Amino acid sequence: MDLTRDQKLELYRFMRLNRVVEERLVNLYRQGKVVGGLYRSLGQEATSVGTAYALAKGDIVGPLIRNLGVVLVMGYTPRDVMTQYMARATSPSGGKDCNLHFGKPERGVISPISMLGALVPVMAGIALGARLQKKDLVAMTWIGDGGTSTGAFHEGINFAAVQKLPLVVVAENNGWAYSTPFRKQTAAPNLVAKAAAYGIPGESMDGNDVFAVHAAARRAVDRARSGGGPTLLESLTYRMKGHAEHDAQAYVPKADLEEWKRRDPLERCARTLVETAAATAAELEAIDRAVSEEVDREVESAEKAPLPSPDAALQNVYASAAADAEPVMLRRRS
Amino acid sequence: MSAGGAAPHLGADGVTPAAKGQTTYVDAIREGLREEMARDGRVFLLGEDIGVYGGAFKVTDGLVQEFGEERVIDTPISETAIVGAAVGAAMMGMRPVAEMQFIDFISCAFDMITNFAAKSRYRTGVGVPIVIRGPSGGGVHGGPFHSQNPEAYFAHTPGLKVVQPATAYDAKGLIKAAIRDDDPVLFFEHKFLYRRIKEELPAEDYVVPIGKAAVRRAGRDLTVVTYGAMVWTALEAAKTLEAEGIDVEVVDLRTLFPMDENTVLESVAKTNKAILLHEATRTGGIGAEIAAVLSERCFEYLDGPLVRVTAPDTPVPYSPPLEEAFLPNAEKLCRAARALAAY
Repeated sequence: MDLTRDQKLELYRFMRLNRVVEERLVNLYRQGKVVGGLYRSLGQEATSVGTAYALAKGDIVGPLIRNLGVVLVMGYTPRDVMTQYMARATSPSGGKDCNLHFGKPERGVISPISMLGALVPVMAGIALGARLQKKDLVAMTWIGDGGTSTGAFHEGINFAAVQKLPLVVVAENNGWAYSTPFRKQTAAPNLVAKAAAYGIPGESMDGNDVFAVHAAARRAVDRARSGGGPTLLESLTYRMKGHAEHDAQAYVPKADLEEWKRRDPLERCARTLVETAAATAAELEAIDRAVSEEVDREVESAEKAPLPSPDAALQNVYASAAADAEPVMLRRRS
Repeated sequence: MSAGGAAPHLGADGVTPAAKGQTTYVDAIREGLREEMARDGRVFLLGEDIGVYGGAFKVTDGLVQEFGEERVIDTPISETAIVGAAVGAAMMGMRPVAEMQFIDFISCAFDMITNFAAKSRYRTGVGVPIVIRGPSGGGVHGGPFHSQNPEAYFAHTPGLKVVQPATAYDAKGLIKAAIRDDDPVLFFEHKFLYRRIKEELPAEDYVVPIGKAAVRRAGRDLTVVTYGAMVWTALEAAKTLEAEGIDVEVVDLRTLFPMDENTVLESVAKTNKAILLHEATRTGGIGAEIAAVLSERCFEYLDGPLVRVTAPDTPVPYSPPLEEAFLPNAEKLCRAARALAAY
């Protein structure tokens, strides 16, 4: 199915939103307002946005920390993301967890944990639970090149394949797992090669071309929805920043960064839209302006959000009853 | 529970078949599973060899024939995937019960249990109502990887509930309570008890509430706090000690977390002496936690040291004389009780 002009512009808008939110987060980080680390997805926006945009209402995603674009496509706001990074009471996790660690099934998002690979079996379970309830939904999750080395990735994708579950696993091959290069992660020539071992289809895509990403994701989602089981997609892309904001990535060859900068997904998308007459440069600039203004408002509002009350630290461990802070001592009579 | 005279003990030979109208521990778990599956369409089972084969210990025998392959799922050898899929399905509103073929293999799913399931409600507000169950414990010469009692790892993890039934009545009532609970529950079965204990169970639906201990034997002189198969060891020792004039109270915790501190405190405030008995190894075990609770909360009632009778800090050995040396038994408990009573 071809994208409409409006959809193409929306893809562009989400990628711009992804980038601008991160730029503002960098400002907040430098001002000391972000609590903990900041994880960028610069250069990888097309993968997050293009894949998530291929889903339908009711589908459920399990994104990782570099998939800011995914949660934006799923309807979370820049304010949600900023209050998370600033550990505020009104953030989606209420200050209980960091960065993009938030989500609820009814919002279509399952929160990741930091242990990579763990989302794959859990998202298989989301698909399984839906099938048992005769709900028609597709589950989609993301993993880095590093995460594909975990046992959880293997167990999850193998289980999903055996059960023929409607699961799409997007492996983002950005070349680096923290400081570890792809060649030290796996002896496989690429990640999509692993699909064959699970007996499922795999497809490699140009991760910096949002339209190519969307088209491949759409094929995988359609296959999942029609009972064809899981697909492993590999997005060939590049991590343009360090593992987190503190990491100057001295270990990354400068020439690689320069080469991949020329393949910047936002600039490519803009060029394609203008060249195919889907949009004028002025229209794209108007989108950029609107996004920038929206994010400014969201930053202002997020900065006013309160920090959580200390009592909340003891709440919601279980469905009922708060944890005891202090035990009561029995005194002997007489 | 069975009458005192019928109480088996670790080391008893052979299998006692259930008399007519009586239910064994293993059958009680299966009945609990079956009743919950019949009552609630959200309940389903997943694990290795649990369907066609009926489970390594036949806990799920016959359930695939009754409920179909959709609700009794034979999985690959993938504990992480079993628990992970259970977590995801629970988030979708299902009530999964995951079997670990031997509870020793729960270590393969440690991350899913302690990081995904346990922390989900706290950090995201999404509850994970799963049950993870499986055979724990020794006494059957299973060796280091088929005999362990790993409950303390999980009692140490906020967000989890941990139960371990000692009787057929509790096995059924607690598995039903665990399935109905809105939080992740670890249900530790004791494989030695599967076919060695039996009792008549009520015909009507019942649950044993999580978080409630039971006093199995009332006594004046000292309290043995224990759980699982060691409840029977404690009762056997209590009979020997009774003849010597030492009157032992036996508290069966049933739930290890959240612990029923009040029942333990009430008992120890009465007897003023306590032995903490468990089959699991010593350091950082449940007994250490109870000792800390007693020291903090009823120090002024104690007339003697808090004494642990546990397995030593070693792996579970395989060869019968080695395993016998490893496991706590009535004789070891009696020795500790005599010393404490004389203190």
